[in-house]
Amino acid sequence: MDPNTTTSLVELRNLTFGYGERVILDDVSLRIPRGKVTALMGASGGGKTTILRLIGGQNRAQSGEMLFDGQDVTHMDQRQLYAARRRMGMLFQFGALFADLSVYENVAFPLHEHTNLPEALIRDIVLMKLNAVGLRGARDLMPSDLSGGMARRIALARAIALDPELVMYDEPFSGLDPISLGTAANLIRHLNDSMGLTSVFVSHELEQTFAISDHVIILANGKIAAQGTPDEVRQSTDPLVYQYVHALPDGPVRFHYPGVSVDEDFGVGTASTTAGPGVAA
Amino acid sequence: MSWYNPSNIGFATRTKLADMGYGARLFLRLLASAGPAFRRFGLIRDQIHFLGNYSLAIIAVSGLFVGFVFGLQGYYTLQRYGSSEALGLLVTLSLVRELGPVVTALLFAGRAGTSLTAEIGLMKAGEQLSVMEMMAVDPVQRVLAPRFWAGVISMPLLAAVFSAMGVIGGWVVGVLMIGVDAGSFWSQIQGGVDVWADVGNGIIKSVVFGFTVTFIALLQGFEAQPTPEGVASATTRTVVMASLSVLGLDFILTAMMFTI
Repeated sequence: MDPNTTTSLVELRNLTFGYGERVILDDVSLRIPRGKVTALMGASGGGKTTILRLIGGQNRAQSGEMLFDGQDVTHMDQRQLYAARRRMGMLFQFGALFADLSVYENVAFPLHEHTNLPEALIRDIVLMKLNAVGLRGARDLMPSDLSGGMARRIALARAIALDPELVMYDEPFSGLDPISLGTAANLIRHLNDSMGLTSVFVSHELEQTFAISDHVIILANGKIAAQGTPDEVRQSTDPLVYQYVHALPDGPVRFHYPGVSVDEDFGVGTASTTAGPGVAA
Repeated sequence: MSWYNPSNIGFATRTKLADMGYGARLFLRLLASAGPAFRRFGLIRDQIHFLGNYSLAIIAVSGLFVGFVFGLQGYYTLQRYGSSEALGLLVTLSLVRELGPVVTALLFAGRAGTSLTAEIGLMKAGEQLSVMEMMAVDPVQRVLAPRFWAGVISMPLLAAVFSAMGVIGGWVVGVLMIGVDAGSFWSQIQGGVDVWADVGNGIIKSVVFGFTVTFIALLQGFEAQPTPEGVASATTRTVVMASLSVLGLDFILTAMMFTI
């Protein structure tokens, strides 16, 4: 076995994935180190969430390998895949709580489905998990009563109910107010360290993401544009990474949608035949 | 796009065939789910409560009114031949053999089928089915199967309620209002309705409709585009497809039962 699989829980090797003609990930190789917090960043539609879905086996790679703890997820049958998924927890963007179950029943759901533990023990586990996300008092509420930040914390409690090795977060910070955002960021870091997890999260937010991650991967155009510690990424000289990290409106990612040149559109000067980016430089 | 382009026709046919294959596989998976689903009967029981109980009011009231109308219309026809005492038999046979299963299935599609489609579609749109998959829980087994078997169980029970209410409706109009002799009303029913040929066939029909309507509702919800518009159009498709399937199957079943 490759010695690197012992230090990285998840590894993508020369992985290509796309929908029809559109290539989302183009020959990507990356490692997600065990026991660390890894952030996946990049422009929208850049394949960040796709990577999470590939790790969970919800999408299958077209070529290359998708290794989870040394096993290739791509070719697993349903039984093997379900066995692998029991070692993962995933937090969806808006929590995806079961609307017809209470908070308590939501967190207890994986325990009821996968274990034969007595109800008293399940209750203790559920309350411990809810306590870890600070919502032990909300156990009797229904999902419709919760704010967006609370729903995500409940979903996090549910995702860690079976003590997974890997927790994936799909845009855990989107649409949260600054207080909830800080809470969520601290939770990711704190749970990772206290439970010995490996965490991966997709984020657009810069400040908190850099503050809590050990490892940052920036994707662009189906490739890895930069990766390393937050400081290394921040000091990257790659123009695209620079634009992203400093949130600049124009750069390698254009402000203007590609089209005919300004001159041609407004009928000034000679008509240009090239369909340039449309910005009169 | 020209409709007569052979490649378009080929593509449409292949897409349709793929859809049918997907539906057939889901149906077989649901049939195969019977064992594990019935081992957790609590889940099915909850869905029977949800689907059956909440449809009970509309089924009972509809049955009563259909019985009222049949009492009036049946009497109008029968008294021309001087055989108005056969009113009970006419009402009962019509209901048990035909209207009970069919109208119940149509109402069930409208009341329970749409709510099933919308529920599954919204679970899909809210990523609740994906989250279940990521928890290594099979949504077909955990979400669809209990609803499927609950629908199959509920349908004949509801059809029985419908027919019973209809007979009572026919009695109210025929005996209480018009004045048909109560003794001949009931004794004609007792003597003329065969348990196997009439009631049995009706039960077979309603079980077939139970499979059909519940499956269509679940398939439409499971296949729905995970957006509000997708769920809305899936709900509409449930009613249209389920109603047409019920009426078409009813003809086929009736024809088969006549020949046997």
